[in-house]
Amino acid sequence: MSSPAYLADQPLLLGSTSLTSRLLVGTGKYSSFEETRQALEISGTQCVTVAVRRVNLDKNQGPSLLDFIDRRRYAILPNTAGCFDAASAIRTAELARDVLDTKLVKLEVLGDPKTLLPDPVGTLEATRELVKQGFEVLVYCSDDPRLCVHIAELGAKSVMPAGSPIGSGQGVLNPNALRIILELVQVPVIVDAGVGTASDVALAMELGVAGVLLNTGIASAREPLRMAAAMRDACSAGRQAFLAGRIPRKLYANASSPTEGLIAGAGPAQR
Amino acid sequence: MQIEIEVNGAARTVPRGTTVAQLVESLGLRPELVAVERNTQLVRRSERGTLELCAGDRIELVTLVGGG
Repeated sequence: MSSPAYLADQPLLLGSTSLTSRLLVGTGKYSSFEETRQALEISGTQCVTVAVRRVNLDKNQGPSLLDFIDRRRYAILPNTAGCFDAASAIRTAELARDVLDTKLVKLEVLGDPKTLLPDPVGTLEATRELVKQGFEVLVYCSDDPRLCVHIAELGAKSVMPAGSPIGSGQGVLNPNALRIILELVQVPVIVDAGVGTASDVALAMELGVAGVLLNTGIASAREPLRMAAAMRDACSAGRQAFLAGRIPRKLYANASSPTEGLIAGAGPAQR
Repeated sequence: MQIEIEVNGAARTVPRGTTVAQLVESLGLRPELVAVERNTQLVRRSERGTLELCAGDRIELVTLVGGG
């Protein structure tokens, strides 16, 4: 699938993984593995997140999520969701790497179960250790610009500030913080979490972020497959608008049609 | 001779000399989809066939599930 020259773009580089879609999509909360598979395909994503959990030994082992994710098509990004300290996040990352044989990890070290806001101290500690262990670490974090600078300096391959709390659907609450992060940080900045609808994705991409990671916005929509298409289009639209360069906001009007050559009697009233 | 271990937080007994690989197999799991921790240390895939379980071992068996 080739796009015309006027839509040319660079791939998104996350460590050694190169992506042409800038939408990263989670695999949680779908009603079935088949719906997951279809939503991923429709979204156009090339990178999907998964979580690490205990095997349920009380029931027969049915199909696995991994049976529905074509690894030739998608990079799999395991997360450390549910970890509230650096040590368990590091263990979780090691377990995921053992199954997937990938260096990629989405680091989450959370502060408390109600807000699910990232814990900055634990996040920095785990980032340092995982980078040392050779992981390519994509770091979920708050939208504090100085924190993002520290995470990037530790060797993270991406900083991923939350637009708003995980699963909240509040969109990008502080676009100005993202703008400052984009100025200060050289690694790709990906908005992770809080995206509720297509305009949230478009707005983030128009600010110039490298990508958007979302899950609930698609999976919990009334029609997940339709929303997957909407998110795909919004991501592409926002990216192209950013690259195209929007016009500045002005207070007064600026006519699009010629102001010369109007017929007699037309035009503004003479005062 | 049986020994008692803990698997995913629940007590289990296995024959002495059981390897990690044999445990995974005996539980009907697909080995390629499972990662194993023994007493909070990752058991690498290459070690599963030779590492024998000891009484009191705390084993975590994990896999990948849907998540963001």
